[in-house]
Amino acid sequence: MIQPTQIDIDRDKGNFRYETDYQYDAGVGLREEVVQYISEVKGEDEWVRDYRLKALKTFYRKPMPTHWATKDLENIHFDKIRYYLAKGQKPSRTWEDVPDDVKETFERLGIPEQERKFLAGVEAQFDSEAAYSRMKVELEKEGVIFVGSSDGLKDHPEIFRKWFGKVIPASDNKFSALNSAVFSGGSFIYVPPGVKLAQPLQAYFRINAENFGQFERTLIIADEGAELTYMEGCTAPKFETATLHSAVVELVAMRGAKIQYITVQNWSNNVFNLVTKRAMAHEESEVRWIDCNIGSRLTMKYPGVILKGRKARGEVLSIALANDGQHQDTGAKMVHAADETTSNIIAKSISIGKGRSSYRGLVQIPGHLSNCRNNTECDALLINANSRTDTYPAITVRGNGNAVQHEASVSKLNAEQIFYMRQRGLTEAEAVSLSVNGFVNDLIREFPMEYSVELKRLIDMEMEGSVG
Amino acid sequence: MNYLEIKDLRAQIEDKEILRGLNLTIPKGEVHAIMGPNGSGKSTLSKVLAGHEDYEVTSGSAILDGEEILGMKPDAISRLGLFLAFQYPLEVPGVSIANFIRAALQGRLAENETIDAVGYYKDLYGCMDELGIDRKFTSRSVNEGFSGGEKKRCEILQMAMLKPKYCILDETDSGLDIDALKIVAKGVNQMRNPDRGILVITHYQRLLEYIIPDKVHVMWEGGIALTGGKELALELEAKGYDWVREELVA
Ligand SMILES: Nc1ncnc2c1ncn2[C@@H]1O[C@H](COP(=O)(O)OP(=O)(O)OP(=O)(O)O)[C@@H](O)[C@H]1O
Ligand SMILES: [Mg+2]
Repeated sequence: MIQPTQIDIDRDKGNFRYETDYQYDAGVGLREEVVQYISEVKGEDEWVRDYRLKALKTFYRKPMPTHWATKDLENIHFDKIRYYLAKGQKPSRTWEDVPDDVKETFERLGIPEQERKFLAGVEAQFDSEAAYSRMKVELEKEGVIFVGSSDGLKDHPEIFRKWFGKVIPASDNKFSALNSAVFSGGSFIYVPPGVKLAQPLQAYFRINAENFGQFERTLIIADEGAELTYMEGCTAPKFETATLHSAVVELVAMRGAKIQYITVQNWSNNVFNLVTKRAMAHEESEVRWIDCNIGSRLTMKYPGVILKGRKARGEVLSIALANDGQHQDTGAKMVHAADETTSNIIAKSISIGKGRSSYRGLVQIPGHLSNCRNNTECDALLINANSRTDTYPAITVRGNGNAVQHEASVSKLNAEQIFYMRQRGLTEAEAVSLSVNGFVNDLIREFPMEYSVELKRLIDMEMEGSVG
Repeated sequence: MNYLEIKDLRAQIEDKEILRGLNLTIPKGEVHAIMGPNGSGKSTLSKVLAGHEDYEVTSGSAILDGEEILGMKPDAISRLGLFLAFQYPLEVPGVSIANFIRAALQGRLAENETIDAVGYYKDLYGCMDELGIDRKFTSRSVNEGFSGGEKKRCEILQMAMLKPKYCILDETDSGLDIDALKIVAKGVNQMRNPDRGILVITHYQRLLEYIIPDKVHVMWEGGIALTGGKELALELEAKGYDWVREELVA
C-alpha cells in the first residue's frame, strides 16, 4: 500500500475529505498526460486511447457555448478539477460527521442503511454485489451484456466499438469532447435480438465511486425487437464533492426495439451537471427518455432522439425543479430523418424563489419527409415572486404532410388558491406541495411506480423549506 | 362556549376600511342569513373570519367556542371547525376532489393516524349521491372546468365531508338552477343540528324558502344594520335596499 495523502477535493465543502491512493490519482488539471494516464490505468486498447486524445484536442478547440447558454459556465475552472479519481478511495469522513439534516433526509426518504453511508460519502463502495451477481446470472443466460464502460470496450469491442461515439461524436459539443477524453464509469449494455427484459436494469446495482463518477459514459444497444428499461440516479440527495459532472449517454434502438431510459437526479447546490444524451432510433423502434432533475447549480441537458428509421418514435418526458440558486436549463431534441416518424415532448418545470428554469426545444422535420408528427408541451410553474422561466422552442418543420403541435404555459402559484386550500385545513406547506404535485401529476403517472412515489416525497421535501 | 361571537369587528384592506364595527353572534343549532347590497362587505366578513392575510383587522374580536380566531392562520381556523363555502371557489389543477378532501381530513388527524380508505370512499360516495354529483367527479381536478353550479355543489360536498362546527356559505345559491338549489338546500338542511351554527349569505329570499333561517341580518356599509326573523327577507325583497337606507336615516 502506497502512502496515502490528504487532499481537499472541494473547499466549499471542506468537511468532505478523502484519503486517496495516489497511484490512481491523475492529479489536478487537464493535460495530455492526464488522458494518457487514465487510459493506461484502465489498461485500454490503443484505439480507445487515441480516441481520447483526439477528443481532448477537440475539447481545447471548442469554445464554451456561452453565446446562447448562461455565463455561469465561465465559472468552471478546468485547470482546478481532478479528472480521474482512484477506485477504492477511502473517505475519512465518519457517519458521526454527517450533518443531522442530511441524516434526517435519508431517514425520511427511507434510504436503506447501507446506501446512506455511501451517499453521505462515508463509504466509497455500496455493497450490492449480491444483488448484482444474482441479476448477472439471469442476464447472462439471455445473452445480455451489462458491464462498465471500460470493460465493455475491452471485452466486447466487436459489439460496442461500432456504436461508441457514433450517436454523439466527441465533437458534438465542448462537454461531449471533455467526456470523450476523460470518461470513466457508466454502463455498457447490449440486449440481443428479441430479448425483452421485464425488470429494469439499474445503474444502482453496480454502484461504486467510479460508477457515480463525474464523467460517466453509457452506451446501450437494444438489438432488433429487444426491449429494456434502464434507470439511473436515485431520489436520494447526492452530497457531491466534485463540482463538474459531464456525462455522455448514447442509446441505439435497432429495428423494432424499445428503450426506456429513466433518470432521477437530486444534486447538491455546487454541481455543474452538463450532460449530453441522445438516441438513434431505427425503423419502428421506440425510445423514451424520462428525465427528472432536481437541484444542482446549473444543469444543462437536452435528451434527444434521431428518428432514423421509418415509423420510429421518440419521446422525452421531463420534470425540472429549480430552487434558490439553481438553474435548470433543460429540454429536448427531436430530429426526424424518416417518413412517418413521431415524437412527443412533455416538459414541466417548477421554479421556486430565485430558482430559474429554461426550456430549450429543438424539433426538425425536413421538407422531403411525409407523415411526421411532433407534439410539444411545456409548462412552467412559478412559486414566489422572484422565480424565472424562459422558453426557447426551435421548431423547423417543412413539407405539407407533417404536423406539429406546440403548447406552452406559465402559471404562478396563486395566493388565493393557497388560501382556498388552507381554508380546508391544509398548512401552507401542504397546500403548496399538493399544488405542485398536481402540476406534475399527469407526467409522474408515466413513471414506474416506485419512482413516482419517491419523487412525490422528494418534491414535498423540496417544497417544505421554501414556504412559510 | 357554543357561539361564534363577533364583536366590534373592524377590518381594512389597502387602507380602505370595509368592516366598520360589526357585531354578530351565531349560536350553535341556529341558521342565520345575511343579506345586503353589493360591496357592503359580506364576503370580506367571511374571509376575515377565515383568516385571510390580506385583510388587516384593526379592532374587535371573533370568538369561536371560547377561542379567539382573529390572528390565527387560515388552516388553524379551519381545523378549529370553521368552514367557508366560497363565493368564487378556486381551481386546484391536477389535484382530484378525492385526494383534496382526503388531504384535508388527514390534516385533522394526529400524525400517526391515517384515514381508512374504504370508509372514506363510502362516506364520499354517500355524500356525492345525496348532492347529485356524479361519482366520476372524484377523479376530476378540484373545480377545474366545472360549471358555476358544479363548483357550488362541490363546496357543499367538502362541507359535508369535513363536518365543521360553523359554516359560512357565501352566495352558494348564485348560479344554481332550481333543481340544484333544492339539492344544495337539502344538503345544508341535513347538516343542521344542535352542534352546528350556519351562516348563509345570499341576495335572494328564494333560498330562504328552502333553508328557513332563525334570523336574518341586513349588512350595510360594513356593519349589521338590521336584524329580524325570516319575514325580514320577504320585506327586503319587496321594498329593496332604499327602504333600509330610509330606516337607517330615520
Ligand atoms: N382586495 C381588495 N382591494 C380593494 N378593495 C377591496 C378588496 N377586496 C374587497 N374590496 C372592497 O371591499 C368592499 C366589500 O367587498 P365584498 O366583496 O366584501 O362585498 P360583498 O358584500 O361580498 O359584495 P357582493 O354582494 O357583490 O358579493 C368592496 O367595495 C370591494 O371593492
Ligand atoms: Mg360577496
